[in-house]
Amino acid sequence: MTGLRNFFATVLASAAVLGAVSGAMAADTIKIGDINSYTGMTAFTAPYKNGMMLALDEINADGGVLGKKLKLITKDDKGQPGEAVKAAQELFNRDGVAMITGATLSNVGLALTSYAGQRKHLYIASEPLADAVVWSEGNRYTFRLRPSTYMQAAMLADAAAKENKKRWATIAPNYSYGKEAVEAFEKLLKEKQPDVEFVGSQWPGLFKIDAGAEVQALAAAKPDAIFNVTFGSDLAKFVREGETRGLFKDTLVTSMLTGEPEYMDPMKAEAPKNWLATGYPWYAIEEKSHEDYVAAYKKKFGDYPRLGSLVGYDTILTAAAALKKAGSTDTDALVEAMSGLTIDTPLGKVLYRPIDHQSTMGAFVGRTAVKDGKGIMVDWSYKDGADFLPSDAEVKKLRPASD
Amino acid sequence: MGFFVAQLLTGMANAGALFLVASGLSIIFGVTRVVNFAHGSFYMLGAYIAYTLMSHLPGAIGFWSAIVLTGIAVGLIGLLVEIVVLKPIYRAPELYQLVATFGVILVIQDAVRYVWGPEDLIGPRAPGFGGVVSIFGQSVPTYDLVLIALSLVVLAALWALFNKTRIGVLIRAATQDREMVGALGVNQTLLFSAVFFLGSFLAGIGGAAQLPKGGADLTMDLNIITAVFVVVVIGGMGSIFGAFMASVLISELQVFGVQLLPQSTLVLMFVVMAIILVVRPQGLFGRPDAAVYQGNSAMVPKPLKPLGLAGKLVGAAILAFLAFIPFYGDNFLVFLFSDIIIFCLFAASLHFILGIGGMASFGHAAYYGGGAYVAALLVQYLQTPMELAIVLAPLGAGFLALIIGWFCVRLSGVYFAMLTLAFAQVVWSVVVQWTSLTGGTDGILNIWPSDWASDPSVFYYVVLVVGAGGIIALRAMAHTPFGYALRGTRDSSLRAEAIGIHVRRVQLLAFAFAGAMAGLAGALFVFAKGSIFPTELAISRSFDALIMVFFGGVQSLGGPIAGASVFTLLQDWLSDFTYWQLLLGVAIIAVVILSPRGITGLLETTGRIGDRFRTATGSNAEVAGKEAR
Amino acid sequence: MSFLVVEGLSLSFGGVRAVDDVSFTLAKGELLALIGPNGAGKSTCFNMLYGVSRPDSGSVKLDGNELVGLKPRQIWRLGVGRTFQITATFTSMTVCENVQMALLSHANRTFGIFRRAHDAYRDQAMDLLDIIGMRGQADRPTNVLAYGDLKRLELAIALANEPKLLLMDEPTAGMAQPERRSLMKLTADLVRDRGTSVLFTEHDMDVVFEHSHRLLVLNRGRVLAEGSVAEVRADPKVREIYLGGGSTYASMETNHA
Repeated sequence: MTGLRNFFATVLASAAVLGAVSGAMAADTIKIGDINSYTGMTAFTAPYKNGMMLALDEINADGGVLGKKLKLITKDDKGQPGEAVKAAQELFNRDGVAMITGATLSNVGLALTSYAGQRKHLYIASEPLADAVVWSEGNRYTFRLRPSTYMQAAMLADAAAKENKKRWATIAPNYSYGKEAVEAFEKLLKEKQPDVEFVGSQWPGLFKIDAGAEVQALAAAKPDAIFNVTFGSDLAKFVREGETRGLFKDTLVTSMLTGEPEYMDPMKAEAPKNWLATGYPWYAIEEKSHEDYVAAYKKKFGDYPRLGSLVGYDTILTAAAALKKAGSTDTDALVEAMSGLTIDTPLGKVLYRPIDHQSTMGAFVGRTAVKDGKGIMVDWSYKDGADFLPSDAEVKKLRPASD
Repeated sequence: MGFFVAQLLTGMANAGALFLVASGLSIIFGVTRVVNFAHGSFYMLGAYIAYTLMSHLPGAIGFWSAIVLTGIAVGLIGLLVEIVVLKPIYRAPELYQLVATFGVILVIQDAVRYVWGPEDLIGPRAPGFGGVVSIFGQSVPTYDLVLIALSLVVLAALWALFNKTRIGVLIRAATQDREMVGALGVNQTLLFSAVFFLGSFLAGIGGAAQLPKGGADLTMDLNIITAVFVVVVIGGMGSIFGAFMASVLISELQVFGVQLLPQSTLVLMFVVMAIILVVRPQGLFGRPDAAVYQGNSAMVPKPLKPLGLAGKLVGAAILAFLAFIPFYGDNFLVFLFSDIIIFCLFAASLHFILGIGGMASFGHAAYYGGGAYVAALLVQYLQTPMELAIVLAPLGAGFLALIIGWFCVRLSGVYFAMLTLAFAQVVWSVVVQWTSLTGGTDGILNIWPSDWASDPSVFYYVVLVVGAGGIIALRAMAHTPFGYALRGTRDSSLRAEAIGIHVRRVQLLAFAFAGAMAGLAGALFVFAKGSIFPTELAISRSFDALIMVFFGGVQSLGGPIAGASVFTLLQDWLSDFTYWQLLLGVAIIAVVILSPRGITGLLETTGRIGDRFRTATGSNAEVAGKEAR
Repeated sequence: MSFLVVEGLSLSFGGVRAVDDVSFTLAKGELLALIGPNGAGKSTCFNMLYGVSRPDSGSVKLDGNELVGLKPRQIWRLGVGRTFQITATFTSMTVCENVQMALLSHANRTFGIFRRAHDAYRDQAMDLLDIIGMRGQADRPTNVLAYGDLKRLELAIALANEPKLLLMDEPTAGMAQPERRSLMKLTADLVRDRGTSVLFTEHDMDVVFEHSHRLLVLNRGRVLAEGSVAEVRADPKVREIYLGGGSTYASMETNHA
């Protein structure tokens, strides 16, 4: 009897699902599905979602796109690529979305890239940094908004070369993003400054840094400069141990993403000082379009924008522009429209390059500082993404996909 | 020399926080035999609560009193968890409490996110201990020395407690012989509660004391729990001194590993644990029998019976229902149900060794992910067609299980569980580290079904046929002489040996067969998703399988099927809520408390109530007759 | 004629000689009782004969085959059956399946995966259950059995491999008096009908005196006396250790019953 009742349980549960399903699709909206780590990385994805909502409201207030309102459906990927693919399957097959956007984690972004290529759906990879999204694993249906690992490393290598430091050490989380960043930085810095020497590399486990030991090991290599890729709680521990033990006293640190409010703000007064980093000084950008955007964001959410907010905002702008240019929700038309699409963002025009589907969205490079108990960026300048990508010939080699 | 000493001190300081948490876990396990995976959550709670207290209590006095107050607060929370969640299920089958503690992890995760928000919190510096002292010319943070001192003080205090006080002596006695304590007239209920308070208190102190070295964030709970289990197992379950020595050993190895072999950070402690368990299964300071469970005689599974006609009809009806899915209007259902079928096979494969064989593997994802990787690598490098890859994947996974199982079946109970976990972690880190072959954390992409099966509905039938075939094979295996022999080794390995059954060989082959079937599920998964990443080999995936099996009910063959189905559907349904983890956690705890036999047990119980109801209303006299007999 | 030859068996635990230079023989079709006060080394002796513990020195030869160094499962394959002091059965199986399992193992089919176990050797198992009088309980789950029934079931399991030697560690412990008699009667019949040799330990002297052909008395790990019932009864050393002088065997029996 036990077995029998078990089977009943399964049947009943399944029937419940069938009952709950409603296939109705509203015809007066165009749906966009976003897949992101909404529970696992809320600190990053909540501002991102806000940015999307802001753009969505603005567009819909203007009458929407193609005479229809845009509707956003968000799905949690639970930090797992398999779950993300399932979410994509649900969005396309049950919700009837026109395209998917999102992913913060690289592996989730890559899983969706692969899925989009196979199922021939448009995927706008808004946040994942992995180079493979547009290069080695790039495909016709995937486009990426945010400047990639390579681009950010290239911006830092460019700035670092001007400092003319000889002995470099690196510290990066022990997974693909960390390895990719270190590899790109080493290669590009050596090109610009052939006499550079890399004297040590540390690979703490992601979010498992043993900061004291790592700092000691770095200090033992006696570097003039350090390239840091750690972030989040790893970075906070690294900075505290490094400050306490005096590692940063006479050492230049260049650092990936550290100037982004997402990473900088939790550290408060303990944010690193005088590091050379990529980031987003939203509080100091004087461009009118950006000031308007910040004002609208603050008004709507009662909070200040993070970088993710801008990425989310630009993602929806991209989706709307693609729909408008394509004139339909047909995937082929949308993909055609995306290639070479230019959008007007709060930071100026951004182009989706036909050659590799990478956008030319840039990043800010500057020095970190602490002001009023809070980390900020100073002496920064905006680096256009277009200037920090390899030559077309190289890109063609990196990207086996035909278009 | 100076550098060496400085690294040594760094390791000792790291060992401090680790020891505080590990000693608490060790005490709880020693007395209650509860494998408390939520212990890391108490540590995380400690960090958050201390953060709040420290920002309200100024100065040095505020700082230190905040640590003590945090300990008490977390101790009380631990007590609450013990009373509400664990007390009702102490008599459940071994390891069953584990599932409840998974539920607690989820609940605490979301509760913390709700109360403190998602952003990482940076801990305040300890007043007066923010600087460094120079030792042999190296800068050593003074707070490191404080942590070292604190861990020694706690070690001494625990020693005094267990040797000089009545309650401590009782706890120690309980660790060695639970019945004896009962015989001494001690209230076991109170003793368990006291122990839970003490253990949680120590975890809370640990979380609070590490604040100046880091902070509070939402990954702390799972990040520390594996390290803590490694420490407790290496030191010997229930041994405080062992926990201390193992904390030092692991921390020092990590520190010097960082220096000498920077890439080793992912795997070092698991390799050490595997070696120690293979050489000395009870850990460095454990007693050999400390972790051997006495089975609960009230929970003996019923004898297996081949499916009767009704059962066969129901089975056929389910298969017919599943075959009908692609014709239903909603296209997403084929994806959802293909996931469910894959998880059912995965859970059923774990159930084969856990439920039938009595071997609780905590590392079953190694074979699930292993099979997925075998399939993906074959496609990636040898252009193997899907059909062949699905055949070869279980062979590869089974072979992996055969090698790992050879070491593991020598152990039993918690030590078996931890060794399987250690090996799974080694497999995971090899895949993560070997980027040139496996793509590292960026995984292997574009592994799609053959052209003829590329239509989702067609591939769904592939999953249905292969998945159902695998489940039926597992079921059939349970009914063969081999399956009976396996059950025999679980019931009584003494009797099994005495009638000529080669216990270890039976267990090993069962382990390999279960691994192969998990590998089959993994191969289906990779073609369903088109890509594979190390997340499918991670600890959390192994725990998913454990939850599904326990959730469904360990003692019936239908259990894993029910568990996997309900768990997957529940997750799918809840994940649209912001605080879905909280809801899922509560659901898990509810099932565990309501029915120690899982969902299938719950159904049986309601079935019996229904029978009684019918009896009472006189509509079914036969049932009454049966019951009277 | 000696079927089992035990020579110089010794085993120490942490300096204490639990079994010290024990030698004895057992003939075909002989029922030998191993008696002695608690802690005399009876169970330790049993465990060494059955490969559960390995002696420090000494040899156990069964029909010329050395048993020391063999594992329990190998010893079983040589035709030795065993019942335990505290019963060990497969609690999740039915009574009949417990016996079937032993029959399957006897036929070297524990790794069989092509047939169902449920009905394998069921008839033979039923026959064995007949012998111990438990046919009526064949399909009951083992875990609901009374203790005496479990003891009898163990005997049926032990008989599954047509043993030439039966090792029974307190086969009647926990049974009521009539049950004891019937179980030992059954055992004696087996010895007579099948020529099985039996070595058993027992506290109940009535049982011992009634059924055993020969007695071996252990005390503090050493053989104290050996011989027929009458010889051992008359041995003053045995009286000494059992009684401390004075009382009769009857009181000893009640002490242990």
